[in-house]
Amino acid sequence: MSPQRPSALTKRERLRSRAIAVIGLVLVWNLLWGAFTWLNTITGAVIAVALLVVFPLPPVKFGGRLRPVAVVKFFARFFFDLTVASFQVAFLAFRRGEPRSAIVAVELRVKSDLNMTLVAEAVSLVPGSLIAEADHQTGTLYIHMLGVRDAAHLERLRAEVLQLEARLVRAIGSDAELRLVEAPVPTDREERPA
Amino acid sequence: MTLQGVLDAVAAVLMVTGALLSLAAGVALLRFPDLLSRMHAAAKPQVLGLLLMLTGCAIRIATVVDITTMVLIAVFQLATAPVAAHMVGRAAYRDGQTRTDLLLTDELAPHLDRFSDKPDDKPSRFPATPPE
Repeated sequence: MSPQRPSALTKRERLRSRAIAVIGLVLVWNLLWGAFTWLNTITGAVIAVALLVVFPLPPVKFGGRLRPVAVVKFFARFFFDLTVASFQVAFLAFRRGEPRSAIVAVELRVKSDLNMTLVAEAVSLVPGSLIAEADHQTGTLYIHMLGVRDAAHLERLRAEVLQLEARLVRAIGSDAELRLVEAPVPTDREERPA
Repeated sequence: MTLQGVLDAVAAVLMVTGALLSLAAGVALLRFPDLLSRMHAAAKPQVLGLLLMLTGCAIRIATVVDITTMVLIAVFQLATAPVAAHMVGRAAYRDGQTRTDLLLTDELAPHLDRFSDKPDDKPSRFPATPPE
């Protein structure tokens, strides 16, 4: 069994993932009412539990731990990238000519569902990239990149996705996952059909 | 300049920038060549545009009740926009709505058969053989 593939969850993990869902929903409920009061928290908790009983969420395996400094770094970089991306796409909109693009396959090193989802979310929001397809068996994201100039630019974008994954794992990954992403990226990757 | 004046100026800059980004997104939607490119426009400048708008509003309005709602709008926008873009983009790609002449490379095409039928998943809602 590879350590990356989540196996069945233990009872404790399932409980924890439900607890996080309840806390999240209570938070949303409080924000919707616009005030953190005991009444809101209690009614929110009742509704959250009822919701999770009626619409159970798929279990999410979270094997990592939060590293606050890395989380802040991740978000800082994310919002920086988001800003740059927005102005790049805005610039492309007003430029003459049709922007070239490419669909790249990026194989993530950490293949858990949570990691794939979060990387896909972040990638979709940062410079010129959109998820066209995701393969959860091989942990590969197929990313449509906008405004790709040439092959070198393409490889740089591919490396950026892997760096983003590394930042994410540094923020919330487990130690084993961290070792996976800290390993140097092989520069001579296997040949892909062009 | 008073503090209120500074805040007003910051809010104004944020709102105008947000509006311009949303305008750019609209222009991009019209001008980009194919659906996948257009989804970029829908997913990005508009998200930041909205975030800037919300920040600008939050500075001007500055009441807790409204700000909590705006936080929720921002969170759900960030969480859902990429998913929506992905679903549309994916459907478009499978349907052959991509301008392949504009693609530098397409590393998905050789693997596409992997996605037509997945035995490990729930029974697919899509037919196993892709329509020609």
